[in-house]
Amino acid sequence: MTRDRTRHLVLLLPLGILTGAFFLLPTARLIAVGASGEAGLAGYLAVLTTPRYFESFVATILLSLGVTAVTLAIATAAGLFLQRNAFPGREVLVALLTFPLAFPGVVVGFMVILLAGRQGVIGGLTDALTGEKLVFAYSMAGLFMGYVYFSIPRVILTVMAAIEKLDPALEEAARSLGAGPWTVLRDVVLPALKPAFLASGAVCFATAMGAFGTAFTLATDIDVLPMTIYTEFVLYANFATAAALSIVLGAITWLALALSRSLAGTTVAAAG
Amino acid sequence: MSLSTSMPVRLAGCGKTFADGTRALEPLDLGIAGGETLVLLGPSGCGKTTTLRILAGLEAPDPGGRVLFGEAEVTHLPIEKRNVGMVFQSYALFPNMDVAGNVGYGLRVRRLPEAERRRRVAEVLEMMAISELAHRRIDQLSGGQRQRVALARALAVRPQVLLLDEPLTALDAALRERLRVEIDALLRRLGITAIYVTHDQSEAMALGDRIVVMDRGRVAQVGPPREIYFRPANRFVAEFIGTMNLLRGELRDGRLVLPGGALPLAGSEAADGAAGETEVLFRPEAARICASEAAALVGRVRSAQFLGDRTRLVLDGVARRTVIVEAPGRREFRDGEAVGLTIDPTDLIRLPD
Ligand SMILES: Nc1ncnc2c1ncn2[C@@H]1O[C@H](COP(=O)(O)OP(=O)(O)O)[C@@H](O)[C@H]1O
Ligand SMILES: [Mg+2]
Repeated sequence: MTRDRTRHLVLLLPLGILTGAFFLLPTARLIAVGASGEAGLAGYLAVLTTPRYFESFVATILLSLGVTAVTLAIATAAGLFLQRNAFPGREVLVALLTFPLAFPGVVVGFMVILLAGRQGVIGGLTDALTGEKLVFAYSMAGLFMGYVYFSIPRVILTVMAAIEKLDPALEEAARSLGAGPWTVLRDVVLPALKPAFLASGAVCFATAMGAFGTAFTLATDIDVLPMTIYTEFVLYANFATAAALSIVLGAITWLALALSRSLAGTTVAAAG
Repeated sequence: MSLSTSMPVRLAGCGKTFADGTRALEPLDLGIAGGETLVLLGPSGCGKTTTLRILAGLEAPDPGGRVLFGEAEVTHLPIEKRNVGMVFQSYALFPNMDVAGNVGYGLRVRRLPEAERRRRVAEVLEMMAISELAHRRIDQLSGGQRQRVALARALAVRPQVLLLDEPLTALDAALRERLRVEIDALLRRLGITAIYVTHDQSEAMALGDRIVVMDRGRVAQVGPPREIYFRPANRFVAEFIGTMNLLRGELRDGRLVLPGGALPLAGSEAADGAAGETEVLFRPEAARICASEAAALVGRVRSAQFLGDRTRLVLDGVARRTVIVEAPGRREFRDGEAVGLTIDPTDLIRLPD
């Protein structure tokens, strides 16, 4: 019993050191810095009541929620198709879909510009067709597209794994009871995938909340929170506000993960 | 609960070749009478599930094959339009619905009014003796309870045909036995046409009005359980069902000459005047143990296994191969002991050439 306890403690030691050195200490320091401004602890309240910061929070949360919803929808449709249909080139397609996993946000932003920027493919095409150039890379739409693009691989792999584990007899049973394909999807398949949706959706949301590279590259007119933090920190040297914003961002993200974990009853790992 | 329909079912020329080239089923003709329980029996991979899935509408037969429910051809009708009940080895209960939700699902899909639905669900739950489980979650049920719920769910929609794919295989022996008896009584009471897949021969014997023994995508024999057991049509059936002993020897003066003696054959075979090598088969329980002097055949005990109600003996020296016979449980046997056997000629089985 005690020997077991000792062994477990030894096993936990590396994690303990790592957590202490690279998480707890800096976080504590960050919390302290957040309260070091003229307003003290009220600095935390200020980041939520100052319109500029508050708008940044709302925009970032809405963007992340939207990205999560759209990514889940696309990944589920694609995952169902890919898992259920054997066709030549299937492996290649899966590999292509998971390709963005290897890209840093900067590259994703770059790709959005190539597609929808001033000299982009879509701009050229619409220019030729209608005489008017469609450019949306630097707007919310461009940001949204980039986020969805890099979120899909994380979600699709989880969803595909969950679909693969689904007992095909469940769907067959539902069909034998008279349910058509869409009814089976609604009543049997989607409910069975709920844990996977919660897990990968939470990761997707957290990643979108913290994403920086894409927003930075696109230099959009909307300030997502990581951009706001960057601006406060690097341009204005406003350390207290930057720290307070960081802590609140972390808290929101952590809350989303915890919520999904308690709903799903499984461990959700934040990635990215 | 009564099921008005006793739908006869027919497979005509139904073969199945899968996309990867696997030939799972040779073209098969099979008629199932209304209200009959037909058991598909055979070793793993012989095509039982494939046959059942063609009946269900989950697989299409190769071109040329036809599936008929009564007079109507349903070959191209998808499963959701066939009104069949299915029971799976894995139960396949919906984990996001409780027991009543599962049982009522088919009625909900059919948009039955709420009150009617509730009445029918209660009726089926009562029939399966699981009324008290109505509001349990699926993960709160034991294996036996799950299979009862699965049966209730399949029967709630009053299917034309009930299809069961190894429904008891995942259960332990005692429970399997109990549910087998229950299912047997249920099928008889409902008079529903049922096709039951199993690899367990005692299950097949107990449940089937007729048994289809399958071997590598082909029908090896179709018949009532007794016929399958006592008059196997070929070596595969003889060896797959129960234990069978093979005696191979010289036919002389109406007797089969073996290493352990000479065994009298039945009159018709003896009268043939035929001579030469021949073989006969017999079941362990067909042999009677007697004193060596009075016996037609003599052998030595190689091993004896006491099973309580009887003792199973493996004997050397009777035939070229060892033979297995059964003796009453009371008598003790030592290894190496000499025992005599007599076998009634009418209990000998001869395979058609
Ligand atoms: N979807 C499939 N694709 C290819 N081969 C299959 C498929 N389903 C079954 N088979 C093959 O067909 C044969 C019969 O399978 P099955 O009907 O499941 O056998 P049983 O139920 O008697 O164990 C087996 O050799 C099996 O491997
Ligand atoms: Mg099978």
